[in-house]
Amino acid sequence: MSVVRNLGLTKEKFLLPGHSACHGCGLAINLKIVLKVLGKRTLLVIPACCSSVIQGPYPKVAFNVPTMNIAFASTGAALSGVSRALKMRGIEDVFVVGWAGDGGTVDIGIQALSGAAERGENILYICYDNQAYMNTGIQRSGSTPYGAWTTTTPIVGKKQFPKDLPLIMAAHRIPYVATASLGYLADMIRKLRKAKEIRGPRYIHLFSPCPVGWRHDSAHTVRIAKLAVETWAWPLYEVENGKVKVTVKPKRKPLKEYISLQGRFKRLTDDEIKRMEEEVIRRYEILLKMEESGIEF
Amino acid sequence: MAKWEMMTGNKAAAVGAKLARVQVIPAYPITPQTTIVEYLSKFVEQGELKAEFIRVESEHSAMAACIGAAAGGVRAFTATSSHGLLLMAEMVFWAAGARLPIGMAVVNRALAPPWNIHVEHTDSHSQRDSGFIQFYAKDNQEVLDTIILMYKVAEDERVLLPAMVCLDGFILSHTYMPVEIPDQEDVDAFLPPYEPKGFLLDPDKPLTYGSLALPDHYMEMRYDIQRSIEAARDLILKYSKEYKEIFGRDHGGLLETYKVEDADYLLISMGTLGEEAKVAADTLRKDGIKAGAVRVRVFRPFPTKTFVNTVSDKNALIVVERHLSLGGIGGALGTELKALLYGKTDVPIFDYVTGLGGRDTTYLDLAKIVKHSIKTGKPEDNYMWYNLKIG
Amino acid sequence: MKMTDFLHIMPVSKPSVGAVGKTGAWRVFKPVIDHEKCTRCGLCWIYCPDESIELEDDDTPRINYDFCKGCGICSDVCPVKAIRMEAEEIG
Repeated sequence: MSVVRNLGLTKEKFLLPGHSACHGCGLAINLKIVLKVLGKRTLLVIPACCSSVIQGPYPKVAFNVPTMNIAFASTGAALSGVSRALKMRGIEDVFVVGWAGDGGTVDIGIQALSGAAERGENILYICYDNQAYMNTGIQRSGSTPYGAWTTTTPIVGKKQFPKDLPLIMAAHRIPYVATASLGYLADMIRKLRKAKEIRGPRYIHLFSPCPVGWRHDSAHTVRIAKLAVETWAWPLYEVENGKVKVTVKPKRKPLKEYISLQGRFKRLTDDEIKRMEEEVIRRYEILLKMEESGIEF
Repeated sequence: MAKWEMMTGNKAAAVGAKLARVQVIPAYPITPQTTIVEYLSKFVEQGELKAEFIRVESEHSAMAACIGAAAGGVRAFTATSSHGLLLMAEMVFWAAGARLPIGMAVVNRALAPPWNIHVEHTDSHSQRDSGFIQFYAKDNQEVLDTIILMYKVAEDERVLLPAMVCLDGFILSHTYMPVEIPDQEDVDAFLPPYEPKGFLLDPDKPLTYGSLALPDHYMEMRYDIQRSIEAARDLILKYSKEYKEIFGRDHGGLLETYKVEDADYLLISMGTLGEEAKVAADTLRKDGIKAGAVRVRVFRPFPTKTFVNTVSDKNALIVVERHLSLGGIGGALGTELKALLYGKTDVPIFDYVTGLGGRDTTYLDLAKIVKHSIKTGKPEDNYMWYNLKIG
Repeated sequence: MKMTDFLHIMPVSKPSVGAVGKTGAWRVFKPVIDHEKCTRCGLCWIYCPDESIELEDDDTPRINYDFCKGCGICSDVCPVKAIRMEAEEIG
């Protein structure tokens, strides 16, 4: 059994060693995989986020693909500009990819992303969701889970459930939306390869554990990425041309198995865990119902 | 054979952009700029202009998309006004720091609250620290010509900075004037297709743009922007000269002067006030006052040597402007002119603030202002209000 | 070099190994592979966040200790427990 042979991944390095991501950083693993699947002819547009810092200070950078750093709110707009420029120049074989954190996608970046999706721009937008403003030190974002500790929800925890950006993007009626987790490599790679072949706005939402922000052991990044899916906290699905498909249907494990590995959930009471679990189950069942009913966005 | 057409300043801006063969146009509507983007949409949809028009969802995204487009290797153009410019301010500064020769038309309009759609220069002055090259036009012909000129200057490898052409809201944007439309071939000869000389997103040459720079690297990059924008002074003059040779028109270089050589008093202003100032100068001369007019056509880079040479040895300099830096000591033009001339000359400099929110200011007002200045001999204060309905 | 030697000083960075230096210095625990147990599945290679595991032509993994930060993921994901984390020497 070989990961390399079975998954067809190149040994070529697009993320270079010597970057400054934290020990066990989920985003580094995600970026590495994404670039190996998309390949050399990829252009990255990166807003203010962890990635804009871990790449290393001028004049060196740890990314071996052309990258444009841009302001926090602007990924969707800058991507549109790059994509149209390439169209004007008749360049067809280059992938224009936005690589943004949850803050720059779900909160401050949502307008530009929504505009780009509504206009039907030919872009692939990938959000690596580490579920808080990690770059500035773990502040709560629209993606932070219910009850989680963050520096701006330090005592009472987050009171709201997270924004469901994949479904918001599906409601834009774009050709492809998917969620993925690095704990399920084959599913993630298949989705990335599919997104590569489609034209128009494509959105992929990646699960991205953060040992520092989630207070977990740096060795457990992959383990947590698997448990998130197995407890239904991070459902794996895709919406292709409006049709929902739940791509991995695990037998549900109790949420406590996922939560107990992360210090950010230590403050949860039994009631809060129950509430969280009910909501996780409810949302998963909504997805199953959407799939069953054959409903099209 | 060049054609003549009666057109508004907004149409002149759109036609200028079309002749400049802009390739990506991300734009958002705002009064009084809106018809610029409407004309451009029509040109693109009718096939007259081969470009990608991006109907962005905000001005902030308009400039971000321009930045993406320029980094992607094409000539980008946008237009805005007032609040739109302020909303995109983050990206205005970014475009200059990114060293991308993006072009923009700014239709000058006052800021809210209260909503006021008429001319004031506060919007473009608020961006004067950004590193953008700033032109101010006096008529619709100049709008068209300067849009073409600005790309030639901005894309020069010694400059590599974005540029804006400012035109007074409603007075130029919506007023019809005769404009000569140059032939496309002549424009193509003057302004060749865009060749990115700075950063380009290129898979064959993977580079990263705009990453983190620590204190030991940042200041030199700012120094380089300053050095490049200062190089633009000579290049504006050089390319204006070339433009004149091909098209027969020159709008004054950095400073447009009118009867200044033998003048005792100079009226110094920007935009359409510059045209009023010429008429005021003639009116004053009929009354025996030797007045002249200086119109600041290029505010960034601020004309230095040219200004010093033009205004020294006068009895008084009378600045009239549609701007006040609230909490400061005058408008941008008066304040910077005083700073420039400090220690070089002791000519009294009067700074009059008027015309805010589009309050009408004609040559009669300007003549009155000059006569008042001559009477008082010295400025009454750091700046003086004119035509204020209080006090 | 003088400023005049450059046409422009722009915020453009070049791809480099070791952009922030030799991150191996961050390590507190060091992974050690037992090549007898190793089945050469490549999971440690794909999951290393720091691209600090190289696969030889026959897919044998080798850790690049110049850059390995000692996060422990490789040890955690190895299906046959062929990687153990040892404490780094102090000093």
